[in-house]
Amino acid sequence: MASRPCKFSDTDMLALKDVVRRVGAATHIHPTSLELHAGGFNTLLGTTLSGKTTLMQLMAGLIPPTGGRIESGGRDVTGVPVQKRNVAMVFQQFINYPNFSVFENIASPLRVARLAEAEVRRRVGRIAELLQLTPFLERRPAELSGGQQQRTALARALVKDAELVLLDEPLANLDYKLRESLREELPRLFAGRDCTVVYATTEPAEALLLGGHTATLFEGRVTQFGPNGAVYREPVDLTTARVYSDPPINTAQVTKDGGWIRLSDRVSWPAVGRLSALPDGAYTLGLRPHHVRPGASGQGDVHVECRVLIAEISGSESVVHFDLDGLTWVSLSHGVHGFRIGESARFGLDVARGYYFAPDGARVGG
Amino acid sequence: MARAWGASAVARIRLESVRHSYREHPAHESDWALKRIDLEWQDGGAYALLGPSGCGKTTLLSIVSGLLRPTSGRVFFDDQDVTDLPPDRRNIAQVFQFPVVYDTMSVYDNLAFPLRNRGVRPAQVDARVREVAELLDLQNMLAHRAAGLTADGKQKISLGRGLARSDLNVIMFDEPLTVIDPHLKWRLRSKLKELHQRVGMTMIYVTHDQTEAMTFADQVVVMHEGAIVQVGTPVELFERPRHTFVGHFIGSPGMNVLPCDVAGGVARFAGVPVATANRAEAGGGRTELGVRPEFVRFTDEGIPVRVVGVSDAGRHQIVETRHGDAVIRVLLQEGEAVPGERAHLGFDPAFTRLYVDGLVAGEDR
Repeated sequence: MASRPCKFSDTDMLALKDVVRRVGAATHIHPTSLELHAGGFNTLLGTTLSGKTTLMQLMAGLIPPTGGRIESGGRDVTGVPVQKRNVAMVFQQFINYPNFSVFENIASPLRVARLAEAEVRRRVGRIAELLQLTPFLERRPAELSGGQQQRTALARALVKDAELVLLDEPLANLDYKLRESLREELPRLFAGRDCTVVYATTEPAEALLLGGHTATLFEGRVTQFGPNGAVYREPVDLTTARVYSDPPINTAQVTKDGGWIRLSDRVSWPAVGRLSALPDGAYTLGLRPHHVRPGASGQGDVHVECRVLIAEISGSESVVHFDLDGLTWVSLSHGVHGFRIGESARFGLDVARGYYFAPDGARVGG
Repeated sequence: MARAWGASAVARIRLESVRHSYREHPAHESDWALKRIDLEWQDGGAYALLGPSGCGKTTLLSIVSGLLRPTSGRVFFDDQDVTDLPPDRRNIAQVFQFPVVYDTMSVYDNLAFPLRNRGVRPAQVDARVREVAELLDLQNMLAHRAAGLTADGKQKISLGRGLARSDLNVIMFDEPLTVIDPHLKWRLRSKLKELHQRVGMTMIYVTHDQTEAMTFADQVVVMHEGAIVQVGTPVELFERPRHTFVGHFIGSPGMNVLPCDVAGGVARFAGVPVATANRAEAGGGRTELGVRPEFVRFTDEGIPVRVVGVSDAGRHQIVETRHGDAVIRVLLQEGEAVPGERAHLGFDPAFTRLYVDGLVAGEDR
């Protein structure tokens, strides 16, 4: 299997059709349908225990679904175990063979597939070059840094030209800066390949930067799937907006009453444009922290005086938590905006960038 | 409210010529996990130790807490030499990456544990536990079993157990948010910051994550290969990195570092003269320009580049450009237009500096 180059036509894909996974009385994955195109980079974004790992195990054939079907390239693979599938996986806890050299670690799937020695050398050499492991090929994993060990695990997953590559929070245990550079490298590594990549992460920023498609997960359900900028900017519901916001999205209960949206006795703004057609009633407003600015800046902002709860300055950005009529809201802005705790300050809410959700959570008003 | 909390304790922490090697007979410079550290932390400050893994920050932390005795040099708490004192006599609370919680006990009993261990009277224990619970927003969970809490809840208990002691000199955090999901991270991080402002106790926060270090601390100590490369406020580290390592390590993406020529007091990149905040004097050595992506702009003329990629980071865009082999990243706001393939760049002179062999060439003009 391993030596078979994976070439797909455009219609080839990994498809989950109403896949369900129950364990005893608990439902780990609610009926889920997803179509992942061959050659695509896909991210599963959700908190710990949202179902990312279970979904990947189902895709890989590590566990069987209790309902629904899984198809790969048009073929039903629902009951096919992982050993008979051309799948590669990398986990958060990188696993290497401690007694093998880095070279033999990377070569191991090719050895299993009984490839000729020259071909093994050629392939390991190429992938090691790509992942900057060439100087370490003769060492044992224990002699490497965490980042080098994880790159070794990645190299082993990539060397065999798998049809499906599953990466379960592969960078979570690495240093910030190393994560930054591998995150940049990864989509490039896969760019020239036909395999389908699925990457699980808890971090919205990581999902955004990786590009490709994103599926947001919450409590065992896929809430939305699409090109990742579209899911980020056009969330279909409040849950998706929450999953795809870091820092967390600010929310408030608002009321539409005639031509106005009212947040509190003193904070309201005209319901114009896309909002004018909304029926009167209660909605949840969602506004990301970078659309809330300290001071009086943006045109069309709704300005409000609030008490500052805490200010965090990262050097390039300021994060200010403030009390918006009983709610704790957060403003994230460029530059340095120092505040004393308890002082009163003016914030501009760029409400035109806000999302409105009906009581059932569905987004309304475009 | 400088000393509202641990009323009796005082601690200015001072490290004097501290060196440490895990080898018995260190011979080479690289045998030293800590090369030579002189450092002073004022009482009541919020500090961070920031650097990549292997930079020596955990070694330094262990020397302060007493888990390690330095190969040479002294450690002082105020004027008392504590170099030879064991950890339990230094009155330090530590919060680690993984929460240390007694799962079968209630939240209340977890918080009371260190006090009861020290034979504190029950009425005092109760008062203190309630005080700590209030600080950490745990009042409504005191009767709950610790096992049922979320990761950030458990981490708050680890912290609360330290805070409950009244004889505390300092609280040290070793990567406390690493295993916590991003949305809870924000919550707990602001809680730590708020806590520091309310109790005014010295806190030292060790991390490889610049965002955590920069948002928590008033002063950040950046470490690299067993040495301190810069100590400064978050703004200083961001706006005036003294070393290209600091420029690269802090900021996401990090500072652009570009090879340049220097002649007649003028730095040139790609043949284009570039104005710098510091004096452009080379004096031999490898010369580089450092400018953060935040301070690079697309202009009508200047340094000619090719635009090779754009990454969507949500609230901003990271544009990758190239001149020859050199990569120059530019930060644009969400929605700002990205020019076509051929473009020109200009650097903000107030935030562009010349570095020689990695070190800033001189003071700003």
